Amino acid sequence: MDLVAIVLTIITASTPLLLAATGELITEKSGVLNLGVEGMMLIGAITAFATTTITNSAVLGVLAGAAAGTSMACVFGILVLIFLANQVATGLALTIFGIGLSALVGTGFVGIALEPLPKLDLGPISAVPVIGQILLGQDFLVYLSFFMVVLVAYFLSKTRLGLILRAVGESHDSAHALGYPVLLVRFLAILFGGFMCGLAGSYLSLAYTPLWAENMTAGRGWIAVALVVFGTWRAGRVALGAYLFGAITILQLHVQGWGLEIASQFMSMLPYLATIVVLVIISRDGAKIRLNAPQSIGKAFTPSR
Amino acid sequence: MFTLERRVEQSKSWLVFSPIMAIALTILSGIIIFSVLDKDPWMSLYTFFIQPLTTGFGFTELIVKATPLILIGVGLSIGFKANVWNIGAEGQFTMGAIAGGGTALFLNTQESFLVLPAVLLMGIFGGIVWGMIPAFLKTKFNANEILTSLMLSYVALLILSYLVHGPWRDPGGYNFPESEIFSDFAMLPILLEGTRLNLGTVFALLSVLIIYILLSRTVLGYQFKVVGLAPAAAKHAGFDRAKLIWLSMIISGGLAGLAGISEVSGTIGQLLPSVSPGYGFTAIIVAFLGRLNPVGVLFAGLIMALTYIGGENAQIEIGLPAAVTGLFQGIILFYLLACDVLARYRLRYKPFLKARDRE
Amino acid sequence: MKLKKSFGFIVMAVAMLGLSSTLSSVSHAETKVGFVYVGPIGDHGWTYQHDRARLAVEKALGNKVKTTFVESVKEGPDSERVIRQLASSGHELIFTTSFGFMNPTLKAAKKFGNVKFEHATGYKQAKNVGTYSARFYEGRYIAGVIAGKVSKTNKIGYVASFPIPEVVRGINAFMLGARSVNPKMSISVVWVNSWYDPGKEGDAAKALIDQGADIITQHTDSPAPLQVAENRGVKGFGQASDMIKFAPKAQLSAIVNNWGAYYVERTKAMMNGSWKSQDVWYGLKEGMVEMAPYTNMPSNAAALAKKTEEAIRSGDLHPFTGPIKDQSGKLVVEAGKIADAGMLLGMNFYVEGVQGSLPK
Repeated sequence: MDLVAIVLTIITASTPLLLAATGELITEKSGVLNLGVEGMMLIGAITAFATTTITNSAVLGVLAGAAAGTSMACVFGILVLIFLANQVATGLALTIFGIGLSALVGTGFVGIALEPLPKLDLGPISAVPVIGQILLGQDFLVYLSFFMVVLVAYFLSKTRLGLILRAVGESHDSAHALGYPVLLVRFLAILFGGFMCGLAGSYLSLAYTPLWAENMTAGRGWIAVALVVFGTWRAGRVALGAYLFGAITILQLHVQGWGLEIASQFMSMLPYLATIVVLVIISRDGAKIRLNAPQSIGKAFTPSR
Repeated sequence: MFTLERRVEQSKSWLVFSPIMAIALTILSGIIIFSVLDKDPWMSLYTFFIQPLTTGFGFTELIVKATPLILIGVGLSIGFKANVWNIGAEGQFTMGAIAGGGTALFLNTQESFLVLPAVLLMGIFGGIVWGMIPAFLKTKFNANEILTSLMLSYVALLILSYLVHGPWRDPGGYNFPESEIFSDFAMLPILLEGTRLNLGTVFALLSVLIIYILLSRTVLGYQFKVVGLAPAAAKHAGFDRAKLIWLSMIISGGLAGLAGISEVSGTIGQLLPSVSPGYGFTAIIVAFLGRLNPVGVLFAGLIMALTYIGGENAQIEIGLPAAVTGLFQGIILFYLLACDVLARYRLRYKPFLKARDRE
Repeated sequence: MKLKKSFGFIVMAVAMLGLSSTLSSVSHAETKVGFVYVGPIGDHGWTYQHDRARLAVEKALGNKVKTTFVESVKEGPDSERVIRQLASSGHELIFTTSFGFMNPTLKAAKKFGNVKFEHATGYKQAKNVGTYSARFYEGRYIAGVIAGKVSKTNKIGYVASFPIPEVVRGINAFMLGARSVNPKMSISVVWVNSWYDPGKEGDAAKALIDQGADIITQHTDSPAPLQVAENRGVKGFGQASDMIKFAPKAQLSAIVNNWGAYYVERTKAMMNGSWKSQDVWYGLKEGMVEMAPYTNMPSNAAALAKKTEEAIRSGDLHPFTGPIKDQSGKLVVEAGKIADAGMLLGMNFYVEGVQGSLPK
């Protein structure tokens, strides 16, 4: 059994979850719950795929995918920030909308094959067993996903802007009283969430499985939302969660391949059960969690109040 | 600069005007979308919204489709009021179907009028148990219910899959993944001969009534509201937050379970690998569209059901792809949710500088 | 207060009714044929192939027919309504293209005695309900023969959806085909518990390759496993349609679902009044199952594949001809005998060589 190969598979399975969850983390930290991740990912996936097919450029594809995710988020932001529509319901409606729109746009792209996203190739260095293969032979979205985790962690804990974002999520009224532009901060946070979901979708249709098929996210958006909660609103833990989920998903497939005498449905349950169990373990220390959870999540803000 | 000001009381006139405005915007968008797609826009809108209601069967089907959405939505609205984020109604629905359906299979040879009550009670019980797990993990271990309830949904779906692919297969069904068909004693009575309208709808109406009374006339209902709106005040007043978490998960789980078993022994009549076309998730929208008010949920459920049935009808009558109906459904929801703001807030014009000065 | 909301809605509705009633006069000179799909037509798998067959009906019969389809109809409460609505809106023949539509189809058929129904892959018929299914296992046997010739590690990776007889039959046929040329062959099965999740299907293929499989085959809908085979430099088979575009170097062949001829035949039968309820199980001979060109393999393997295909087509070879042993080594089909229809239809055991166990 080739351990390196397994790790490589885990990385591909975890990257879309990580990208989307990192974006959702910022959105939620600003006090907005966007349940439309699945829809934004699908729109990102089809836009990236279509753009790459037409222009033959994967870079343009990824950019377009991210832009499409951002514009979906823009719709959400206008609805929940300006029209004060309920966040949970609007997010779900965004998903319904995204599934429909992506399917409509994608009609002409079913059955088209693409080359997978190119991987970093440093010649012999990338071929160095284990370290070279794992660390130096990925496509750029994988590196980007890690970079974004570090960036987001740094942003939230070390920068002034991060502090403002957290203040807005903590209590929009106090933040407003302090003179911070609550709505602007939230809008940008929502856009960032959409941007990352667009990247996650691009990764699905360009790198993970380079093809377009309706509803190809198959529930990954929901997992991303859950992972933010799992990570107790901390970037590092969200990354850990994405990799835990990805790893158990892959390992249960391997265990099945060995011919274990257990019904496959129970094997498929493992990632879900494992996240519950680990969440319970890390949540026991209630005080710490509450420090991280944005207190005003889901609540509408009106500056004139 | 325009600003929004929260109304002290919801505006009565805007409560009527805001949906009308949403409908007008929907029609406008519909005209644009359908024209772009080269379909007759008025005909399309007609097939989407009116035609399904022009036949007796269509009308009853609207109610049949709305029934589970209302049952689940009413239950969820209680929890959402108290800021308990149960988004795993899909799992509680499925567990209700499993526990109730399992009972029906177990008692399938019994010819007794007690079978149906047993089936229903077990269905409710299944939903309650599946709702109690997140409540337990939340109150004992502080584990966030968004994650636990969602993850448990997937687990419930896989348990159902295991059962109908394995031990609960119909022995005479060539190992295909379906259970035996339930005996008539386990089936909910049909209310209108020739249609699928069944007793489940009565349960839905009763649940609306009971939850309405609970919320508006009881101390407990008052506590749910206060915990949601002003957690600090609730704490000060000595409300038991854990009790409210337990109760809201039990109520929403139980109603989702009832919806599950009503669907299985009302319309399907056997267990299948999947018994819900996503009712548990759709009902979340229904709950908020109904402003977390049981009567509102009743109407929201009907509207939501109409968009689904209208979508099917538009596929049949004018060959509109399912993708377009999904897209259109999303747009309708956007309008309904956005226009709602006018009932709750007043639009005020304020000179920009002055607004700044005030700070 | 909500009452008013609904009242407003009704007022608008009535207004629209008045406007639209003048527009709704559509003539129905042509015969209407309805199709109910379980997935989206863009799934590039099961439903996609059914929809191509629908288009074949339109092409063959031109303006004499009008076809209607409803896609992504979930098995469960929705399907009966959709079928009944098709029946009540003038469709005279309705194809319900998923096993889970069996009982809803029968229920609707009872209510609409004049409408004819065709249900795919089921086993219950009625006077106005016929059933049809394809002997995909014939194609899987040929794929197995090819795998037995081409594999170097003697290990096949099988990405499977759900443990239903159709899938189990395919796994067994593949194994029997492979062992007919190389008795050392074995199959590892990974169930992804989904018909359709490209990511997970691909991951399962990777896991199987990592465990030493050098042939990947699948009973799920997307081209993802085959794409993985292409990228990892192993071989594989297309599913439902020719997927050579996705794997120009890896696809050995593909088992193609071709429902078109059958749909045309049944629609014609309905139109000239000769339609009768029947239960058919068509295979290579009738063209419901087709093999994509044999590529990326040595010529002797391709020749053997062609020979096998010919033998099945002519009826000289039945893939489930004894001796067949199950996993425990017990003889389940005696030498020279052919597995009976009941065993084929409800197949719930693995033959010798398949790893793992089936849920009981």
